[in-house]
Amino acid sequence: MRASSSFGLRAGLAAFALLLAVPASLAQQPLKVGIVTFLSGPAAGPFGVPARNAAELTAELLNAGTVPAPYSQKGFGGTPIELVIIDEAGGPQKQVAEYRNLVPRVDIVIGYISSGDCLAIAPVAEEQKKLTVLFDCGTPRIFEDASYKYVFRTGPTGTMDNVSVALYLVERNPNVKSIAGLNQNYAWGQDSWADFENAMKTLKPGIEVKTSQMPKLFAGQFGAEITTLLGSGAEVIHSSMWGGDLEGLVLQGAPRGLFEKHKVVLSAGEPAINRLGTRIPDGTILGARGPFGPFAPDTDLARWLKTTYQDRYHIPPNYASFKMTQAILGVKAAYEKAKGSSNEAPDQDKIIAAFENLTFEGPGGPVKMALGKGHQAIMDAAVGTTKVEAGELKIVDIARYSADKVNPPDGVKSEVWIKSGLKK
Amino acid sequence: MKAAIVAIASLAALTALALLAPQWLVFMAMLALAKGVVVLGLLVLMRTGLVSFGQGLYFGIGAYTAALLSHHLHVADAAVMLLAGAAAAGLMAALLGLLLAGYRDIFFAMLSLAFSMILYGVLVKSAALGSTDGFNLHARTFFGVALAPGVERRVFLIAGAVCAVVVALLAHRLLGGHWGRLSTGVRDNELRVAYLGASPYRVVYVNYLIAGAMAGLGGALAALAVGHVDPEMTYWTTSGEFVFIAILGGTQSILAPFVAASIFEALRTIASQYAPNVWQMSLGLAMLAIIMFLPAGLWTLAERRRRSA
Repeated sequence: MRASSSFGLRAGLAAFALLLAVPASLAQQPLKVGIVTFLSGPAAGPFGVPARNAAELTAELLNAGTVPAPYSQKGFGGTPIELVIIDEAGGPQKQVAEYRNLVPRVDIVIGYISSGDCLAIAPVAEEQKKLTVLFDCGTPRIFEDASYKYVFRTGPTGTMDNVSVALYLVERNPNVKSIAGLNQNYAWGQDSWADFENAMKTLKPGIEVKTSQMPKLFAGQFGAEITTLLGSGAEVIHSSMWGGDLEGLVLQGAPRGLFEKHKVVLSAGEPAINRLGTRIPDGTILGARGPFGPFAPDTDLARWLKTTYQDRYHIPPNYASFKMTQAILGVKAAYEKAKGSSNEAPDQDKIIAAFENLTFEGPGGPVKMALGKGHQAIMDAAVGTTKVEAGELKIVDIARYSADKVNPPDGVKSEVWIKSGLKK
Repeated sequence: MKAAIVAIASLAALTALALLAPQWLVFMAMLALAKGVVVLGLLVLMRTGLVSFGQGLYFGIGAYTAALLSHHLHVADAAVMLLAGAAAAGLMAALLGLLLAGYRDIFFAMLSLAFSMILYGVLVKSAALGSTDGFNLHARTFFGVALAPGVERRVFLIAGAVCAVVVALLAHRLLGGHWGRLSTGVRDNELRVAYLGASPYRVVYVNYLIAGAMAGLGGALAALAVGHVDPEMTYWTTSGEFVFIAILGGTQSILAPFVAASIFEALRTIASQYAPNVWQMSLGLAMLAIIMFLPAGLWTLAERRRRSA
């Protein structure tokens, strides 16, 4: 019987599934939290691994009860948490499969850096009725094109990154007349450039766009694009590059005077600080996708994350680390609010009700779940300028923008909001 | 006769699976079926001695056709999506086949790869289609019958099983008869086939067309299962995955692609769960082991057992 081997395999897998699906409802069983982040591929180095490190550190210290107030209670409401970590690499199709496999094994899922993965996972989370917290992906489309009950995002959208750098730029160079772009040719690069271009056109009507260079993702070599930019005569160059491409841009552009001749804006440049250090030329405008890393306000929570992370991994936490810790603390805040003073673990619906429109304290400052009917976070934005002082890279002239000023009101699409004048 | 029994048994087994298995297993089986259909098409093409490293082109066309129907034309019928996906891919294969059927070996493989990467490039540049992020699709009816939420994937799996069984039976008939021997002839000695009065160009063209349409059907099935399409589906790594599955299963049997695709999905999931840091290496080692110890694919195990029995 030729079909038997495939049927046998499936039957075996089915039996395996039943084993896994046995509810873990015994008292003091740890809460299982699925963590999905890049462990391999180009996004692992700048984002995925720093996020995983932050998740492991935060879970361990939460279980030990050594996190500063208001998170000093052990675990989530006294129940210890246990992480199940999987790799985000492999594309949305694989991620949907892995997500479905993960759902029966965990109580909550926290993860996803790639916007494509977030867009694919959100409807599946809704179908599976599993509380799922997106921590890093940037596209505003998730809660602007649909609405979800089980999906939350504790990191701000990409909209405010580019709106805040545009505000910063116009405040410091009120007479800016021309801009140009160098962005990776994929959704993140295209969206970032569109947001920046539209925000600049709104803030400075009549501004001239000299050129928009879109090399392919992970091209690594930007000789031709740098030549075009140098010859474009644009005052400002915007780039949302990250990872190896960003390092390539800085290392190839700086010796050719790109950073001296033009004001360069790196809207997601913060993770490169730890790798490039003083090789980032003075006067570069840097964003961190929110008040993270060196932009974090001076609070107990931020100091706690910076020192414990530095002690363990011998490198400062970057924005991906901050956002991961923020997501875990956000779930903890919602869980404990839902639990209240009762002794019983809250059910998922209660946690969701507590999470909607919640304001909680993250390592980067207050987080308001204000958009997407209370499911999408907004935060203050921070932008700064690089300066090498005594052989060390410093971020100076940091400006903060309140969350309402750099995010659209609930129910208004980011693109429309930027084009129609950034009004509240 | 024997083929019919296997077909009915497979259909019954898959229907039982669709009705009884947990959701995640239903999804994995659906994905395995979708990939199995694509690889079966590749198998038809491989009979002529040609390997396409660009089946992602048709896989992507099938998926995007289904998704665009849902997204832009508001057609939410799964059956329409499946048929349209296969038809659109078949149409493109009929066009490109005119050129590709004239090439052999590495030239054929590279040209097929190049066409799939052109589509990838176009999709990545299309901001209206979500660029690399892609977009969601929703199928709400099947042949006009509204699907209750929660059961739609079970219905899709049964539909996918019917598609797969029908396609597999057709491929079995095709390859088992005159056409199959002609295809093998083209692989072994093309000149001789031409001297005997048959057209190798036509054989390659028709097999390429079949492979393309089947990849389109597989793409539409995968899009229905995942509920999201993105350009990754047309990327060369996706095409490479189909070749991987074909080698994993071997090319001797019609069932091999489906068994191999199930094993591949299971292997990848187990590797992702238990070795999240080295899952790619685990897959690579499995591939190496198969090439070294079972050069004709996993199907040799079944053949060996049958011979010794």
